[in-house]
Amino acid sequence: MDSPEDTSTPLDRFVQAAGFNPRDWTAHLNAHGHSGFIGMRYHGHGTDWIELAFDWREELVGDPETGVLASGPIISLLDNATSMSVWTRMGRFCPQVTLDLRIDYTRAAAPRKPIIARAECYQVRRSMAFVRGIAHDGDITDPVAHAAGIFMLVDGQEWVK
Amino acid sequence: MKSTELPPYARAMGMEFAGHDNGSPVIAMVWSARAMGRPGFMHGGAIGGVLEMAGFTALEAELERQGIDMRIKPINISTEYLRGGLPETIYARGEVVRAGRRVANVRIEAWQSDRSRPVASCWMNFQLSPKKA
Repeated sequence: MDSPEDTSTPLDRFVQAAGFNPRDWTAHLNAHGHSGFIGMRYHGHGTDWIELAFDWREELVGDPETGVLASGPIISLLDNATSMSVWTRMGRFCPQVTLDLRIDYTRAAAPRKPIIARAECYQVRRSMAFVRGIAHDGDITDPVAHAAGIFMLVDGQEWVK
Repeated sequence: MKSTELPPYARAMGMEFAGHDNGSPVIAMVWSARAMGRPGFMHGGAIGGVLEMAGFTALEAELERQGIDMRIKPINISTEYLRGGLPETIYARGEVVRAGRRVANVRIEAWQSDRSRPVASCWMNFQLSPKKA
């Protein structure tokens, strides 16, 4: 129990890792907490983009009459996906916090369909990363939501408690 | 959704009405693992969810007060995250800036133990349309 390996968390390992693997990150760090409740899963990634998804379920509904999802889970998905797009572009994990996030709801999500978010980091500065994203329910050319945001890169000690 | 009940997502997240303040309902969300983002902090999406619910309910209360029965759809939201959300109850309250015939503009603020130190604030625009018969 006193060896350092015993106390290292998945987060510690990602902080120390040389690269950034969005699939592993999702499997380990999106499985619990709020991301776990929403049911976020890895969907794909490239050099500067990442896709996450979650499945429709009753608990996430915002309008019980129509079965349309609440927008809260869509914010959460876009927040996570845009955040991870920064590390994907940088090729490493870097502590950051959301400065602002704007979301335009282009139409209601179709009930019972999974939601997919594709997020891209289009610029990284010394202390800021600029992101954009699209959420859709199967056809990216007919999106459910558009997002634009900025992350502040912060000191690691303040990042977790 | 009536202004007296919250949708399944809000209830699943532990949100509830916590009284009124200057005509707008206050939404409270107790801390739970379901709201956790990075270790020790509330998820930005969970904070966004509370803000949105306070925006919706503030607008519903205002329309009810004016005797207007319209369908409300969110057009967009822009959130500023001001401080890390701590693992404790969060509150949010919306203020209807303008409710016109087709669009309503609402500003919302969220706070935790100290109301003078907001955790996040946002504006939301809503589309108003006649209810389908």
